[in-house]
Amino acid sequence: MIFKTMVRKEKEQKSSYVEKDSAIVDGIDISGHWNKMYQPREIMNYDVTPLEDLRALPGAESIGNCYQCAQCIGVCPIDNVGDYGPRKIYRKLQMGMNLLESVDLWQCTTCMNCLRVCPKEVNMIDIMPAAREKAILDGKEVPAELQEMFQNCAEYGNPMGESPRKRARWAKKADVEVKDLSKNPEPVDVLWFVGDYYAYHGRGNDAAQAMARVLTKLGVNFGTLGAEERCDGDSQRLAGEKGLYEMLAEHNIEKFNSLDFKKMVVSGPHAYNAIKNEYPKMGGTYDVDHYTQFLSAMMDKLKPLMTKEFGKKVTFHDPCYLGRHNGEYEAPRTLLNAIPGIQFSEMFRNKEQGYCCGGGGGGMWLDGFMADNINERLSENRVKEAIAVGAEVLAVCCPYEVSRFEDAVKSTGNEGKLEVLDIIEIIDRCIEE
Amino acid sequence: MKIVVPLKQVPDLVEDLELNDDGTGLDYEYLKMKLNEWDDHALEEAILTKEAGDAEVIAVALDGEDVDKMLFTALAKGADKAVKITGANPYAGNHEMAKVLANAISGMSPDLVLVGVQSAGDSDGWLAPLLAAHLGMPSVSVVTGLQVSGNTVTVHKEYSGGIMAEFDVELPGVIGIQAARQTPRYAPVSKVRQIQQSATIEEVAAGDLGDVVTSTVEEMKHPEKGGGAKMLSDVEEIVEVLKEKGVA
Repeated sequence: MIFKTMVRKEKEQKSSYVEKDSAIVDGIDISGHWNKMYQPREIMNYDVTPLEDLRALPGAESIGNCYQCAQCIGVCPIDNVGDYGPRKIYRKLQMGMNLLESVDLWQCTTCMNCLRVCPKEVNMIDIMPAAREKAILDGKEVPAELQEMFQNCAEYGNPMGESPRKRARWAKKADVEVKDLSKNPEPVDVLWFVGDYYAYHGRGNDAAQAMARVLTKLGVNFGTLGAEERCDGDSQRLAGEKGLYEMLAEHNIEKFNSLDFKKMVVSGPHAYNAIKNEYPKMGGTYDVDHYTQFLSAMMDKLKPLMTKEFGKKVTFHDPCYLGRHNGEYEAPRTLLNAIPGIQFSEMFRNKEQGYCCGGGGGGMWLDGFMADNINERLSENRVKEAIAVGAEVLAVCCPYEVSRFEDAVKSTGNEGKLEVLDIIEIIDRCIEE
Repeated sequence: MKIVVPLKQVPDLVEDLELNDDGTGLDYEYLKMKLNEWDDHALEEAILTKEAGDAEVIAVALDGEDVDKMLFTALAKGADKAVKITGANPYAGNHEMAKVLANAISGMSPDLVLVGVQSAGDSDGWLAPLLAAHLGMPSVSVVTGLQVSGNTVTVHKEYSGGIMAEFDVELPGVIGIQAARQTPRYAPVSKVRQIQQSATIEEVAAGDLGDVVTSTVEEMKHPEKGGGAKMLSDVEEIVEVLKEKGVA
């Protein structure tokens, strides 16, 4: 897998020089070989049109800022297990690679570690969606798994391709009432945006049911959109399907606006990012918290409820879209440190330096494609780190991660050695029935 | 050359299938419809043929639930025109459907008609030959590859048992597509939305059914669950069972 085109415009030129037989400068005689000077010549000349074309795309301008310092390569999670990073992409673009036709277009998870360290603010979070959108509209090849996911979202409003009518079925096993505001609209304090993985994935259901119980125990007056909720669309936007994102966002915003609530609480950082930073551009502005922020602000009520011990060695994975993208590192830790009996230790790559699980930017649906480009999955690399710091439990607070890390625990041969739990599940276990 | 691709909607199995009140058919009220997969392949073959040479692709469908979206999606994939036939039953059997399509298509003077070999709704595979009969054209079905050259299309037809055959069909003709050369392309939502703003769908009336044979369904029901499977643990058990049945 190397860049597809490398165009050398002219052949290497032989060096040529000028030499004056007679030259007297400022009274000094420098005739002959003393004044020999080489002419400037082109050693290599590449066609930089692909670089210029990319720079011309709205949103992708910052690719031109790169001055090859390679700070990004040191922190790129893909380069850690493969061969990738903004600097490398820039160099290949200079040498004639068309990013829109390259496998390099699809590897970035938009984790933002590069932007964090880039002195020239080359912004992959804007560049990648712009380039991917152009590639898709131009009919360039899209990895099949990703295409299937787009189709599922477009048809059914969720990436799994499950029936939209069954989106709220998890609530039946919650043991507590979960108000379905799509069926019985009433004013609530909190609108809880559940999300695809909590709604449809088995382990997500566990977390969703735990959330419902905890919110009820806290006396929060909450409700959900039931089966009218759709995917938040953020990962789809970052993977290049802007129209799909707009369609989903329009639908969700219309539903939000038809309800009476004070605050929105989301299960996942990707929904948090979408609703906090992107939905306002489409006319939907809401007071939104990630659930860890909402619960850590209620610590005075929550702490007394957690009476059962959870005396395990726990470490925490910072989700890219809560941490680096939105600056929230403390809320999850506030919750974890309040767990009775917990023995918490950080991983080496924590907070701003957190190591991406591989799920963002479309990565959740590109594991097959990525297998050809990396020697180890990001989630496997991270799971090994959790075990290396002696953890028995890897705590997470992003719905993508439970399935990614549980899979990695198995595929690295660590089944039984590391449990993966959403923070809300741990909290739920500490609360008496 | 002019290629016409009839498209049909079939029930999407993501929802459970429910019967109507008198048990003679499906209850279409909550049913989600989607493009028949084989018709998607036919459309892909048409667009690939267009991309290889000079051709116009016309997508045709009977009016029904969400048909506009299906036709706009066909345009986003590369079709040049979309035509909707109004006043006919989109859930009718192939005899009726073939006549309705023939009424609309004959006026278009197509060189090639590509249609899915079958559909999930009725796996009889009759649409291509019936349509061809009405149009007075030759027809080959279960085709997995086609190549147009001048006035002929060379098609690969699949038989069972791994047998393949190659036919040269004099155009105009009707081909029943089993599979396109590649997976049907994805039409980005962005593009479909663009098309929805800019394109229009032509409408034609269904026309006369004439003396077409129609059939009515007397009863439709869910399949009865069988006895289930018995798991045998070793070869001896299998031999015993075979002996018992008088086969070994």
